[in-house]
Amino acid sequence: METHVHDVLVIGGGGAGLRAAIAIAETDPALRVALVSKVYPMRSHTVSAEGGAAAVIKPDDTLEAHAYDTISGGEWLCDQDAVEALVREAPEELLRLEHWGCPWSREPDGQVAVRAFGGMKIRRTWFAADKTGFHLLHTLFQTSLKYRGVARYDEWFVTRLLVDEGRCQGVVALELATGEVHALLARAVVLATGGGGRVFPFTTNANIKTGDGMTLAYRAGVPLKDMEFVQYHPTGLPFTGILITEAARSEGGWLLNKDGYRYLQDYDLGRPEPVPVLRAMELGPRDRLSQAFVKEMEKGRTIETPHGHVVHLDLRHLGARVIEAKLPLVRELCLQYQHLDPVRELIPVRPVVHYMMGGVHTDLTGATPLPGLYAAGETACVSINGANRLGSNSLTEILVFGARAGRAAAAYAARAPAPDGPVRAQALDEERRILSQVLGNRSGGERVATVRAAMQRALEEGAGIYRDESGLRRAAETIQELKARVGRVTLDDRSHTFNTEVVALLELENMLDVAEAIVHSALWRRESRGAHQRTDWPARDDAHFLAHSLAYRSAHGPPRVDPLPVTITRWPPGERVYGR
Amino acid sequence: MNPAYRRHHPKWHRARMPIFWWLRKWSYFRFIARELTSLFVAYAAVLLLVELRAVGAGPEALARFTAWLRSPPVAALHVVVLLALLFHTLTWLHLAPRAMVVRLGSRRVPDVAVLMGHYGGWLAASGLVAWVLLR
Amino acid sequence: MPETLVLEVRRYRPEEEAEPTWQRYQVPFRREWMVLDALNHIKDHLDGSLSFRWSCRMGVCGSCGMMVNGDPVLTCATYLETLLPGPVRVEPLRGFPVIRDLVGALTDFLVKLRRVQPWIVRETESPPAQGEYRQTPDELAAYRSYAQCINCMLCYSACPIYELEPGFLGPAVIALAQRYNLDSRDQGREARMEVLSEHDGIWACTLVGECSTVCPKHVDPAGAIQRYKLEAAAAWAKALLRPGSGP
Repeated sequence: METHVHDVLVIGGGGAGLRAAIAIAETDPALRVALVSKVYPMRSHTVSAEGGAAAVIKPDDTLEAHAYDTISGGEWLCDQDAVEALVREAPEELLRLEHWGCPWSREPDGQVAVRAFGGMKIRRTWFAADKTGFHLLHTLFQTSLKYRGVARYDEWFVTRLLVDEGRCQGVVALELATGEVHALLARAVVLATGGGGRVFPFTTNANIKTGDGMTLAYRAGVPLKDMEFVQYHPTGLPFTGILITEAARSEGGWLLNKDGYRYLQDYDLGRPEPVPVLRAMELGPRDRLSQAFVKEMEKGRTIETPHGHVVHLDLRHLGARVIEAKLPLVRELCLQYQHLDPVRELIPVRPVVHYMMGGVHTDLTGATPLPGLYAAGETACVSINGANRLGSNSLTEILVFGARAGRAAAAYAARAPAPDGPVRAQALDEERRILSQVLGNRSGGERVATVRAAMQRALEEGAGIYRDESGLRRAAETIQELKARVGRVTLDDRSHTFNTEVVALLELENMLDVAEAIVHSALWRRESRGAHQRTDWPARDDAHFLAHSLAYRSAHGPPRVDPLPVTITRWPPGERVYGR
Repeated sequence: MNPAYRRHHPKWHRARMPIFWWLRKWSYFRFIARELTSLFVAYAAVLLLVELRAVGAGPEALARFTAWLRSPPVAALHVVVLLALLFHTLTWLHLAPRAMVVRLGSRRVPDVAVLMGHYGGWLAASGLVAWVLLR
Repeated sequence: MPETLVLEVRRYRPEEEAEPTWQRYQVPFRREWMVLDALNHIKDHLDGSLSFRWSCRMGVCGSCGMMVNGDPVLTCATYLETLLPGPVRVEPLRGFPVIRDLVGALTDFLVKLRRVQPWIVRETESPPAQGEYRQTPDELAAYRSYAQCINCMLCYSACPIYELEPGFLGPAVIALAQRYNLDSRDQGREARMEVLSEHDGIWACTLVGECSTVCPKHVDPAGAIQRYKLEAAAAWAKALLRPGSGP
C-alpha cells in the first residue's frame, strides 16, 4: 500500500477547501499541503451557488445589523461569538476574493455592488451576476494554482480517518482512476466536503453531495451538531430540483398561488408592495416561505402538475433588461429545463432541499473536539446559521471559516508530532476492508439505487418540512432496516478502474449515517424552531431547547443526542419578526 | 480478462485519428476546403508575376500570354480559380469580426458593422483598381 | 412518442479487454429526460458497471461532457427528444485518452492551464482592507464572456488541431489566459505572452472555429485566440522596430 506524507490534508476542493488550502500555504509556506477531492475541484458544488455573498461594505450598513439579521434569521440558535467573527471578517474576505479576480458586479463608478436578500434588513449581498458561486469557485481554484506547495489528489475518495493517540493523523483514500487504496498521513486534516442534500429525493444539490466528510468525523467519534435543521429553499424547479436563486425575489419577483394571489401576506410576512421590501414578503427567510407553501398546499391553493404541486414565481414585471443583466442564469435555466421564458411566462417552483445547517461540531477556529481534525463550510456547524440560514451567508461562511480552519490547522500542524506507526496498520485494515468486503464477494441481490431511493423516500415522508414523532420513528426504523439492506447490495461492477458503482455504494453508506443523525436529532428536539417544525410540538421552547443537538454515533443502535448550550453574547432571544 | 492488465495499472485507450477525419463533419470539410483555397491564392499570385513578366518582355510576349489566357481550357480553369478566390476572400472577411473587437466608448461595435466595414473596404479597393485598369 | 429508445454506448474495461466495444441498452423514453437521465437509468437499473462523470445536472459544473451522435455536448443539457428516433451513440469526449467507459483523462488540460498563469498578476498589490480595485461595468464586460468557461472540455473535443497536435494549448486555456489579460485589474500580460506565443500556443490554431460552435456557455474561445494573434503580432512587430523596449 502506498503511503503519502504531508503536513496538512484538506478533504474537499470546493470553496471552503480551496480557501483553507490557500490559507495554509500563505500562513506557513514550509508546510506540505495536499487537497484531496473525489472530483476535480472546479466540479465542486460551490459552482452551483447563484445569489451572492453577504458582507458589510456600504456606509448605511453596520456589523451589528448583519449579526442581528443572521441571529434572528437562525432563530437564536446561532453562536453569537461565531456570528460576530463572521460579520467582522466577511468584508475583508470578499475584498480578498476581489483582489484575486472575482468578477463582482459593480456600480457605475466601479465600486462593488450589493443587492437585497432574504431576511436581511439592509442590502449587503455582493454578487457576480447570478453565478456567484461559479465565479467564486473558479477564482479560488485558479488562484490556488499559484501556490506550488499545494499538492492535489484529484478523484481520490476518502473512506476513513486515521485516528491514534486521540488525534487525527491522516486518511485512507481510494484512487478512482486505478482502484488503488492509499494512506495519506498528516499532522492535521481539514474536512470541507459540503453537505448531504442527496439523502432527500428532491434537492438542488449535485450528485456528489452525500455527506462524506460528516460521516468520516461521525464514525471517528466526533459529534454532528444540529443535524435536524435541513433547509428547504422555496424556489426550485419541479422535476429537476434545479435552484432558482433568491436573487430573483430580491430583484422583485413575486410568489403567486393558483389564483395569482401573493399568498405570503397571509403568513405574517407583511403587506404586498409593488417593489421589494427588505425582510418582508418574498424577502422573508427561507424556512418561513417553504412552510407557507406547505400550508397553501393543504388549503388546496397550489397548482398541481405531473411533477408535484407548485406555485408560480412571477418575474414578468421586471422586464427583459433587468432579467438579462441581473438574472441571466435564471433565464437560461428556465429556457433549457422548463421550456419557458421568464420574461413572458410564470415559473413553476416548489420548496426543495438545499442546505444543511447542521454538520461536524466545531468551535470558532474550525477545530473539532478531535485534536488535529478541523472542518469548514457546509460540512461544519460552527454554528453561524442556527436553525435557519439566511441566503448569501453560506458563500461568506466558506471563505471566513475556510480561512480560519486553514490557519488553525496550520498552527496545529507546526507543533504536532509526525504521524506514528499504528496508523499505518489501521490503513492496511481499511485497504483489506475495501478490497475484500466492499469490492469482494457480496451476496444479497440488492441494488444501490433501490436502497438509496428507499432512504430518500423515508426522509421525505418522515423528516420533511413538517415532522411529528410517529413519522420520525417510522423513518428511524426504515433507516435501521436500510443499514442492514445495504450490506446485501451486490455490485455489477467489481473492477478497479474508475468504478463509480463502488463509489455510489460508499456514498450510500455515508448517507445512511447522515440520515440517521438527522432523524434522531429531530426526535430529540421537541419544539419547533426555524427549519425544524414539529406538528406535535409547534411552539418554540427556549427554556428547554435553546441548545444545539450533538449526535454521537453508537456502535449498535441509535445515536446518543446530547444538548450543547448556545453562546449568547449581545442579542438575547426575541421574537422573530418579518414584514412589520 | 485482459492479459495485458496489471492490477491498479490500467492502460488508457488513445483513439487514432482517422485520415479522413475532415469528412466526419460538414464544418470540418468547409475548413479544409478553405485552407486548400490558399493554393489557389498562391497560383493567382504566380499568374500575376508571369503576367508582369510578359508585359515587361514586350507586346509579342504579352499577346502570346493573352492568347493563352483566352483558350477555353485555361479560361475554364480560371473560372474555378476565381470562385476559389471568392470563397477564400468571403470566409476570410467573415472571420474578421472574431479577431477584431472594436469598442466605441462603452459599447462594443456589433460584428455585423465590422463585417460591413470590411466589405466596404474590399469593394472600395476593388473599385479603385477597376477604375485604374479600365479607364 | 415512442415508449423506449436505444442507446449505443462505448464501453472500455481495461481489465477485461484491450480495445473499446459497443453495448446496446434499451431505455424508457421520457420527454423531460436528458441523455444523462438515460445514462443514470442504465446505471441504476440495467448495468451498474457503466462509468461516467456527472454532478450538478444544470450545465454549470462541466463534468458530463460526452460525444452524442458524434457531437461533443453536455449530456445534462441534451434532450433525448431531439435525438429521436435513435439509436443514440454515446462515446467519451474525443481527443482525450479514455480511462474507462465514458471517462477521459483531463490531466493535460490542467497542466496547460497552469502554464498560462490563470490568476491576477499584479506589480503592485494593495491590501484588501484598503478596498476593492475599481472596475467599471464596461471594464467587466471586456472579459466577461471569457470568464464563463466551465472547463467542460467540449472545445478540445471539437478541435481537430488538438487531436492532430496534442501539444496545442487549446481553446479553453487560451480563453482563460485572455480572461485575465483583458481584466483591467490584471498586470500580467507580459508574463503570459511567452507561453501563449509559442509554436504550440496561439499559432497552432488555424481558426477551424468549431470550439466556439460547441461551447455551451458562449465563451467564444476562437475569438479569444484570433484577438490574441493580432495582439501578439503587433507586440512582435513593435519589438522588432524598437529593440530592447520589450513586448
